[in-house]
Amino acid sequence: MAKNKEKAGRVAMPEQPPEVRKRNFDEVPLGYTVAMAQEEAARCIQCKKPGCVTGCPVQVDIPGFIRMVTEGDFTGAIRYIWSQNALPAVCGRVCPQEIQCEGECVLGKKGEPIAIGNLERFCADYEREHGTGALPPQAQSTGKRIAVVGSGPSGLTVAGDLIRKGHDVTVMEAFHKPGGVLAYGIPEFRLPKAIVAQEVNFLERQGVKLECNMVVGRTVTLDELFEQGYDAIYLSVGAGLPRFMNIPGENLIGILSANEYLTRANLMKAYKFPDVDTPIPKGKNVIVLGAGNVAMDSARTAMRLGAETVRIVYRRSREEMPARAAEIHHAEEEGIELFLLSNPVRYLGDDKGRLTGMECLKMELGEPDDSGRRRPVPVKGSEFTLDADLVVVAVGSGANPLLTQSTPDLGLNQWGYILADPQTGKTTKKGVWAGGDIVTGAATVILAMGAGRSAADDIHKYLEWGW
Amino acid sequence: MFTIVKREEMAQGTVILNEIEAPLIARKAQPGQFVILKANEEGERIPLTMAETDAAKGTITIIYMVVGKSTAVFRDLQVGDAYQDVIGPLGKPTHVEKVGKVLCVGGGTGVAVLHPITRAFKEAGNDVTCIIGARSKDLLILEDKMKAASNDLRVCTDDGSYGHHGFVTDVVKAVLDKEKVDQAVAIGPVPMMKAVCAITKQYDVPTLVSLNPIMIDGTGMCGGCRVTVGDKTKFACVDGPEFDGHQVNFDELQTRLRAYMEEEKACYDSHCRLVGA
Ligand SMILES: Cc1cc2nc3c(=O)[nH]c(=O)nc-3n(C[C@H](O)[C@H](O)[C@H](O)COP(=O)(O)OP(=O)(O)OC[C@H]3O[C@@H](n4cnc5c(N)ncnc54)[C@H](O)[C@@H]3O)c2cc1C
Ligand SMILES: Cc1cc2nc3c(=O)[nH]c(=O)nc-3n(C[C@H](O)[C@H](O)[C@H](O)COP(=O)(O)OP(=O)(O)OC[C@H]3O[C@@H](n4cnc5c(N)ncnc54)[C@H](O)[C@@H]3O)c2cc1C
Ligand code: SF4
Ligand code: SF4
Ligand code: FES
Ligand SMILES: [Mg+2]
Repeated sequence: MAKNKEKAGRVAMPEQPPEVRKRNFDEVPLGYTVAMAQEEAARCIQCKKPGCVTGCPVQVDIPGFIRMVTEGDFTGAIRYIWSQNALPAVCGRVCPQEIQCEGECVLGKKGEPIAIGNLERFCADYEREHGTGALPPQAQSTGKRIAVVGSGPSGLTVAGDLIRKGHDVTVMEAFHKPGGVLAYGIPEFRLPKAIVAQEVNFLERQGVKLECNMVVGRTVTLDELFEQGYDAIYLSVGAGLPRFMNIPGENLIGILSANEYLTRANLMKAYKFPDVDTPIPKGKNVIVLGAGNVAMDSARTAMRLGAETVRIVYRRSREEMPARAAEIHHAEEEGIELFLLSNPVRYLGDDKGRLTGMECLKMELGEPDDSGRRRPVPVKGSEFTLDADLVVVAVGSGANPLLTQSTPDLGLNQWGYILADPQTGKTTKKGVWAGGDIVTGAATVILAMGAGRSAADDIHKYLEWGW
Repeated sequence: MFTIVKREEMAQGTVILNEIEAPLIARKAQPGQFVILKANEEGERIPLTMAETDAAKGTITIIYMVVGKSTAVFRDLQVGDAYQDVIGPLGKPTHVEKVGKVLCVGGGTGVAVLHPITRAFKEAGNDVTCIIGARSKDLLILEDKMKAASNDLRVCTDDGSYGHHGFVTDVVKAVLDKEKVDQAVAIGPVPMMKAVCAITKQYDVPTLVSLNPIMIDGTGMCGGCRVTVGDKTKFACVDGPEFDGHQVNFDELQTRLRAYMEEEKACYDSHCRLVGA
């Protein structure tokens, strides 16, 4: 590591070089050493009114934990982070820090902001590798039973909070493995599944019961859960309904939703096919539609599965790309091309029903739309075609109606998301709370966790005082 | 764990029956619904219809044809062994009501899927005629059960080794020429369902089919199971698996079922080499 580092520069986290990592599924950033973490932590000027904290959706006391890192008290640091954020190993890796904590760090005004995410990740990883694994203190048993439906970050947060408050918690998950998007969506090279498994195991060691293969609404309904003696239910089923483009040719072989593509790759480990039994299409020329994290993950997965070209087609410009800055940067380093201001019009196929390409139109930016972003408008006569044998559609997702249809007394908004009080997570159905993507629409891990924390507080109040 | 309590081989070992402990699913399952099963850690998620359920005993029964790697792995499971994961009940139940005369047509392992539906229509007070077919006598399954579940059973074999010599469609036509049928149900290989629907359409008989596209989650979150019905895209796992057969784009379904053919073949061949079959 460079000794005489420029004052303004942050300590870079070592990474696998692009040429190597673009063909393997191992994690890309390799983590800080103790010395790197302490050097980076030392750059923090310990602001009296820290902007970073206001930038964090759950107000992690950033200068507080960073001071402990500087002092070498890594165990203290992780315990302190845990009091605000249940999954720092995850958030350190996946939060869009540049628009949250790091975006508000005062050092960012002149130089580079503190690498808060990297430091949070360091503390969590240090604890995982060197910690005693001691369990947090737990309140005396209350005898109250809570069912948490969905095991994504929101549900896991509620489970952890309520078990520590002495309640009896069961998490029910439709898939055969827990973790939600952390397990089926975000790839191994960005969030190793061993970390997710360890977080779940930590909850189980505290007494949280986990029931996989439970499609709530089908295997059991909410009313049946109450009949079985549950006192409260938290719904955190995510926003798992894939959206398609509804353009001609969409059902050709070779067009997959990002949900399907990533579920095959991550949950089913299809990148190891044929050592595992689930296949995945290995495209030679791959196009990914969309420009969020889901699109970046899909594109980088396709590259790792051996694609010759991987292109991201997005109808707006670079500025509007919603993905984390780090992922766009990583994707470009790995050779993924961006086709900005381009919109697909139709798919092209052969006589065997297989995809061969896509016709697109060039776009230009017009007047701002409702979201405040300039609306892309098609340029007449600008059609062009791209070869493709695999297209992954990552243009967003909606609310899956499976659970809500079986629960008619649960209030929904016009898009099918569950109506819940923004402060407490209370729904229109007695004894039922909801939070995370199924309330807000597809958002972020930390927001889903934040919603879980407020709901857990309110559920605890309810169990003591009533609705 | 979902333990196998009974196992039978049919159709010369090409079709296997498993009765499996799955009390939560058995309690809720209705005719027409399916489960997804995964044998082990490396396993694929495989959708299979419940041919029978026993709520009191807490078991479900599946009947499947061994066609590739995953069903070959299933075949190796014996009584006392367990599936790692069974998920369900999935899909919409069959809409069963008293309509009068019902014609149920099944081919291959589709007969297993057809059985609980046939029984439900009969129990609802309908007069049920059933036509089942197989390539040859040895491959015919569930003849006795289908006889018990219907008022009149006709059997066909492609090679003439038993019953009517020819396809089920011949008999469908013969029945429709003679009697007025209020509702038809056709379940089997895609070409069979397509052919039956082409005939029932001429006679204006509403026809239910059960579609079997490639599935992963079975809960509407991947869209891999999409089928075109009446020019609209539907997710078979949540919107189906049963649809109005006169609206289904069977050719697209048949094409999409071939999506992973090369991979599946390589996977199966290497499995067969390993187990020395
Ligand atoms: C590919 C991808 C990449 C992403 N990258 C990032 C990122 O880098 N940073 C970031 O902050 N956010 C990212 N996100 C968004 C983030 O993952 C989500 O906002 C977050 O996971 C939402 O958490 P949740 O707990 O609400 O739901 P989810 O994580 O979606 O979990 C919901 C769980 O509920 C289960 N479930 C659904 N229905 C039922 C039912 N009826 N019964 C039982 N269980 C059910 C589901 O199977 C699932 O396991 C990404 C999302 C995706 C898809
Ligand atoms: C709702 C539903 C109910 C079904 N019920 C029955 C049943 O009761 N009995 C029965 O014998 N079969 C049934 N099937 C078909 C059964 O799922 C396939 O035969 C099985 O998945 C083949 O897997 P494999 O690995 O052994 O074969 P493979 O060699 O992998 O595939 C053989 C063929 O099966 C189909 N297939 C492959 N993977 C899947 C998948 N994940 N989902 C669906 N089809 C697939 C494809 O057409 C493929 O070409 C049903 C399918 C669906 C969707
Ligand atoms: S939780 Fe996310 S936003 Fe908050 S400090 Fe950690 S990395 Fe930053
Ligand atoms: S704003 Fe930046 S420098 Fe100030 S306390 Fe936060 S991390 Fe440290
Ligand atoms: S199997 Fe995934 S949506 Fe139907
Ligand atoms: Mg298979």
